Order: sequence, then C-alpha cells, then structure tokens
Amino acid sequence: MKRVLRRRRVVEILLQERKDLLVVAGLGSTAWDISAAGDTPLNFPLWGAMGNAAMIGLGLALAQPRRRVLVVTGDGEMLMGMGSLATIGVQRPPNLSVVVIDNERYGETGMQATHTACGIDLAKVAQACGFRVAKTVRSLEQVIALRRAIHAARGPVFAQVKVLAEKLPLVLPPRDGGVLKSRFRKALLGEGADLD
Amino acid sequence: MKERDWPGQTFKTLKAAGVRQVGYVPDAGHKRLIELCIADQGLRAVVLSTEEEGIGLAAGAWLGGVRGALLMQSSGVGNCINVLGMTRECRFPLLMLITMRGQKGEFNPWQVPMGQAAAAALSAMGVVVHEADAAETIAPTVDAAARLAFGSYQSVAVLISQAVIGIKSFQDQSSR
Repeated sequence: MKRVLRRRRVVEILLQERKDLLVVAGLGSTAWDISAAGDTPLNFPLWGAMGNAAMIGLGLALAQPRRRVLVVTGDGEMLMGMGSLATIGVQRPPNLSVVVIDNERYGETGMQATHTACGIDLAKVAQACGFRVAKTVRSLEQVIALRRAIHAARGPVFAQVKVLAEKLPLVLPPRDGGVLKSRFRKALLGEGADLD
Repeated sequence: MKERDWPGQTFKTLKAAGVRQVGYVPDAGHKRLIELCIADQGLRAVVLSTEEEGIGLAAGAWLGGVRGALLMQSSGVGNCINVLGMTRECRFPLLMLITMRGQKGEFNPWQVPMGQAAAAALSAMGVVVHEADAAETIAPTVDAAARLAFGSYQSVAVLISQAVIGIKSFQDQSSR
C-alpha cells in the first residue's frame, strides 16, 4: 500500500495542544521530528541507547500514573527493542502510548530497508503483546484520531504510522544528556528536583 | 543476621533507600528477593525480557521522580553495555544487584567468560563495582551502593559472589 503521510506533519499534529504530555523520542529522525514541532523541557530526545526508548517511556509512565506519556520512535529503533513491547504488555500502563513513525528505512545510515519494508507488522506484534489499542495509521484523519487516543484512551496504545521515506533538514535538540535530564525533571517535578 | 536471610535484609535495605520500581530478569540466586518485591504493594516489580530494558526502565523512573533498582545474573551484564552509555552521559542514578556465576566452583563452562568479565566490563562503562563476598556483607553493601547511586548520581553494581549463592550443580539449580 502506498505511503502518503509526511513524518514532520504527523508528529506536528500529534504534539498539537499537547497540554502536559511527557514525550520521549528515539534517536535520529524522531528526535529531530519532535524538535521541529518545538523543543520543550518536557521532551526527552535520545541521542543513543537504540532500542530503549519504549522502556524509558514505561519507567516514566509507571512513575507518573496521572500524566500521559508518549514515546515517538522509528521502526528501526522499535525493532531493536521489540521485547519491550512484551514487557509493556505485562504492566499495561493505561497512560502510555508508543507511536512508531515507520518509513521502512534506517534513515540516519543511508536509507537501508528495515524489516517493516518486508511486511513485518509491528502493530500486530503490539496487539499480540496485550496493548489495549494497536493500529496501523495511514491517513491524516487517523493521525488526528491517534492524537485523541494519546490523551484519552485507556492504554497502553500502540500505533505504527506509515510515512514516506524522505531526507529532511536536521532540527537538532540539545545534546548534553545531563541538561536534557535536569530540564525534564525540573519541568515535571519542580525546581526542587535538583535537590533530590 | 542469619546467613540465609540476606534476601530479606537486602529487601529492607531497598525499601529504606526509597526504591519503588524493581526491574528484573529472573535468576535462581535472586529468587527470594524477587518474590519479596512482587509481594510488596508499595513497589512495582517489572519482569524484563532482557536486562538492558531495565536500564531504560530505571532512567524513565528517575525522570519521573522515582528510584529504581535492577536485579540480574552476571550473564546479563553484557546485554546492558551500550545502554549504560546513556546512564553515564545523562548521569542517571542506577543501582544494579547482580548475582554472580562463572566464579568459584562453576559447573557450566558457558557461564565463565561473562562471569569473569562482568566487573571489568561494568568498570569500562563507568559503573562503580562493589563486591559482596559473604552473606552478612550484602545488605550493608547494597545500602552503601544505594547512597552512592542516588546521593551522587552514579551507576553502581553490587556483585553478589557465587560463594554466597552456592549453587553447585544443574540439579541444585533446578531444585531451587
């Protein structure tokens, strides 16, 4: 099936009216995508730790059960941590969403095809792992519905958003890990977070 | 302290340190401690499919203001190496309790390489390694490790010696 959605537009829509949404992004393109939508202290963009984004989201969602948590990551990153879908499926946090921006490519390393280009279906994996919502998204209407689910559905929510494979200008967030951690904790927990 | 009760004392130490999330990959040496964590209503025990998931879990917990700990066997250390780079770069506190294999009296040769390399591999990634060689030293070592981890934002691993775990054969391991 032809992919028509453009990743920057998808992520921009998902982060519209985000209120107090906590966002973790996988390394590479999805970190640039959330930064293009507007860098804020409540974004935690990764620059490494490939395969770990969903687990950071799980730890955060369990620690902050009253807040909504969104993990935005790529298909290559999610494939490297596919076991974490099973781990999330055991805990079933209702406030966690994992959205895979799936261009079927390793975009940072030369656009090599990932497993999803050969039909490996991450949404079905998530469904089999016990996610309460698990869907493939191909249209703008479905993206808008997904934004509502991120804020209101009883999760865990999983979406595999099929997007065009395109090379886009880099929009880089801060890259000092200590800064990213501290600004996130201060914005979420208050100025006293530094004294904990 | 009764020699057999190191898991109970360690559990009390984790609770006193304010740990509220515990990720684990099961190990015979951690069996009792894992049971205590699962039974405690004030603590979230998270079974992992691989040890590196626990590094992210603890990082996410800290971002959300919660202290975590990670239980594993020495064979899981290698699975964590790349992700430990994030912990170091971000200065996330990390408390790992690792039951050792491949040490004194090991009966499975496949356990030896990772067991023997565990401390050096952790050190190479900037993790502070504390070794506990006797049952009565485990809980005090975990207490010190927790203070170092959460007080000074360090990654700290407590290696619990195979001499303490005392598994001597496949039959012994499967009967626990």
